[in-house]
Amino acid sequence: MAAGDTPRQAGEAALSGRTADEPHGGEPTLDELSLEEAIQRVEEVEHEGRPPAAGPLSNALIAAAVVALGIAALIGSARLGLGTVRSPESGTWPLLVSAVLVVLGLGLLATARRTTDAERFSGASWLVLAGLATMIGFVAVISIIGFEIPATLLTFVWLRFLGREGWRTSIVTSLAVVVAFYLVFVAALSVPIPHLF
Amino acid sequence: MDFGPVLDGFGVVLEPTNLLYCLIGVVIGMLIGVMPGLGPAATIAILLPVTFGIEPVTAIIMLAGIFYGAQYGGTITSVLLRLPGEASSVVTVFDGHALARQGRAGTALGIAAVGSFIGGTVSIIALTLVAPLVAGFALDFGPPEYTALALLGILLVATVSSGGRLKAVIAACIGLLLATVGRDGFTGAERFTFDNLSLADGLDFVPIAMGLFGLGEILYNLEERHGAVQAPTKVANVWPSRADLRESAGAIGRGSLLGFVLGILPGGGATLSSLAAYALEKRRAKHPERFGRGAVEGVAAPETANNAAATSSFIPLLTLGIPANATMAVIFGALLIQGVSPGPQLVSQEPELFWGVVNSMYIGNILLLIMSIPLVGLFVRILRVRATILAPITVLITLVGVYTVNNSVFDIVLVIFFGVLGYLMKKFGFEPGPLVLAFVLGSLLENSLRRSLLIFDGDPIGFFTRPISGTLLAVFLLVALLPPLRAALRRRPAAPRPDPAPQDTKELV
Repeated sequence: MAAGDTPRQAGEAALSGRTADEPHGGEPTLDELSLEEAIQRVEEVEHEGRPPAAGPLSNALIAAAVVALGIAALIGSARLGLGTVRSPESGTWPLLVSAVLVVLGLGLLATARRTTDAERFSGASWLVLAGLATMIGFVAVISIIGFEIPATLLTFVWLRFLGREGWRTSIVTSLAVVVAFYLVFVAALSVPIPHLF
Repeated sequence: MDFGPVLDGFGVVLEPTNLLYCLIGVVIGMLIGVMPGLGPAATIAILLPVTFGIEPVTAIIMLAGIFYGAQYGGTITSVLLRLPGEASSVVTVFDGHALARQGRAGTALGIAAVGSFIGGTVSIIALTLVAPLVAGFALDFGPPEYTALALLGILLVATVSSGGRLKAVIAACIGLLLATVGRDGFTGAERFTFDNLSLADGLDFVPIAMGLFGLGEILYNLEERHGAVQAPTKVANVWPSRADLRESAGAIGRGSLLGFVLGILPGGGATLSSLAAYALEKRRAKHPERFGRGAVEGVAAPETANNAAATSSFIPLLTLGIPANATMAVIFGALLIQGVSPGPQLVSQEPELFWGVVNSMYIGNILLLIMSIPLVGLFVRILRVRATILAPITVLITLVGVYTVNNSVFDIVLVIFFGVLGYLMKKFGFEPGPLVLAFVLGSLLENSLRRSLLIFDGDPIGFFTRPISGTLLAVFLLVALLPPLRAALRRRPAAPRPDPAPQDTKELV
């Protein structure tokens, strides 16, 4: 969310000549924090509801996945024909990119213990899996039974179970949404999306 | 400079359809700025299918409106709820929310709206003067210059994106690899298609952008539990007083200039400039301790700057064909879909599109000023709309929308795949922005590189002997190598124990 170094450092420089002599309440004001810390606080509040950071093992696994992806791409590129600098082949460019990817992945592996920006999976991650399942269900049946029934079910599940809305809100909203979609996409725009009616 | 095409551009803007889409764009932008969940890049990505049926200039007028409209909307949540909807409004929180707690929320919103309007307008005028010059300069660019420019652009966007720099560059590399899927333009060989016919022509931009930005963000937000939002029912006294205006006039002026300049730089953009403008005002102030306690300039400066930067970040896109940030990458994709390839020839070959889009921003800013001052109460009420209700609607729009592009169920599968990828990336600290940007620039980069190597007869030193590509590549190396070197040097005296030493050397690579 935040930006790079330059303005932050400028901000800190600007804030370092501060006076901290006045009394204050419980919440620290901007004077006591550098701009960087103050921004971090705002973002922390914004991300309060997020799962905690992942452990070193997960970070190492993520890095390993990047390396594995890089190696797979390296092999794939090598099969395409490497070419030379003078006459580049189809595989030359992907080879260069995947080599960089492997190196960067190793760098990530080396710093895995100090990484804090990955999150761990929590109980709430099941919601994501459920949401994904509704989408897969949608795409699996759309060409057979049209979009109306899967769309109603998808909206209902998201509202009632993922969003914890009330039964009545969920039922009414999901029906209304699908009717609106039907009117816009089928009746008004005549998009050839598979539909029942 | 010839102002004929500029004036013709106003004719394009004043066509009723274009005015309508400009209005639609800025209203959507303002709404998503206020509402929780989706940012401008996600919204523009989700609306890509809509742009297929309309004229290129109309489509881009609308998408641009969403982008700068979101800058206005983000202010409202920053000031009233202490929740910056957009990254570029984070610093506005300090003084904006302090003002709101003193019962002066109206003042903060009013001065932000005036500042945004002035910043945006100054930036459009400067863009009008600067863009044709940049485009003229870039007309001589050959493949080596484009190789260097694209490399630098991708690296800069990755460097200033949130999250780890290393992870952002990794995301960019994955984007470059995804761009190679499909038929090789030079040899005709099929690459990474796994004998799948649907992949033979390469991956489409639309499902990637919609999946990574749209579905990815929605899935990511599912894990978040928010308490009920306590939005104030109404905001009084939005018209800024003369004293407020006098107090923040300097901040608005400096913010406009700073925002314009930083917005041009790839990776600069709205977030950086709002931070820089705030820091500058605080440094210049006679009583810097007022900042953070409700200084009007502390709202005026960043809000002016982020809007000026949002406008000027169109310069690299429209004159060089290099998007300066993730949102611009999506607009770049939208232009390509419309059969327009942005680059230095755009100003001269498609003057109506260029000046139509640029001049539409005057109208858009006026509309946004009206929506932010007299109509602000309407948008404050929207704060009560719950994200849980919007999420399934957005999912359906995405799934149905991506189908309408090619009438293909395979595209729905793709968008879900990239939605999962986007979720996992955000979860593990990889920003999807650099990936999309690199994907968009991938084929340009590869083609220019291969053409350059042909020109240089296989000698890579050629890149450094041409003045422009040499300079750009030198900057590239500086940006790429400086941070890890500095980190290693800083750690050495601080950590005399031999324990992290082997890791340091690896990180240097």
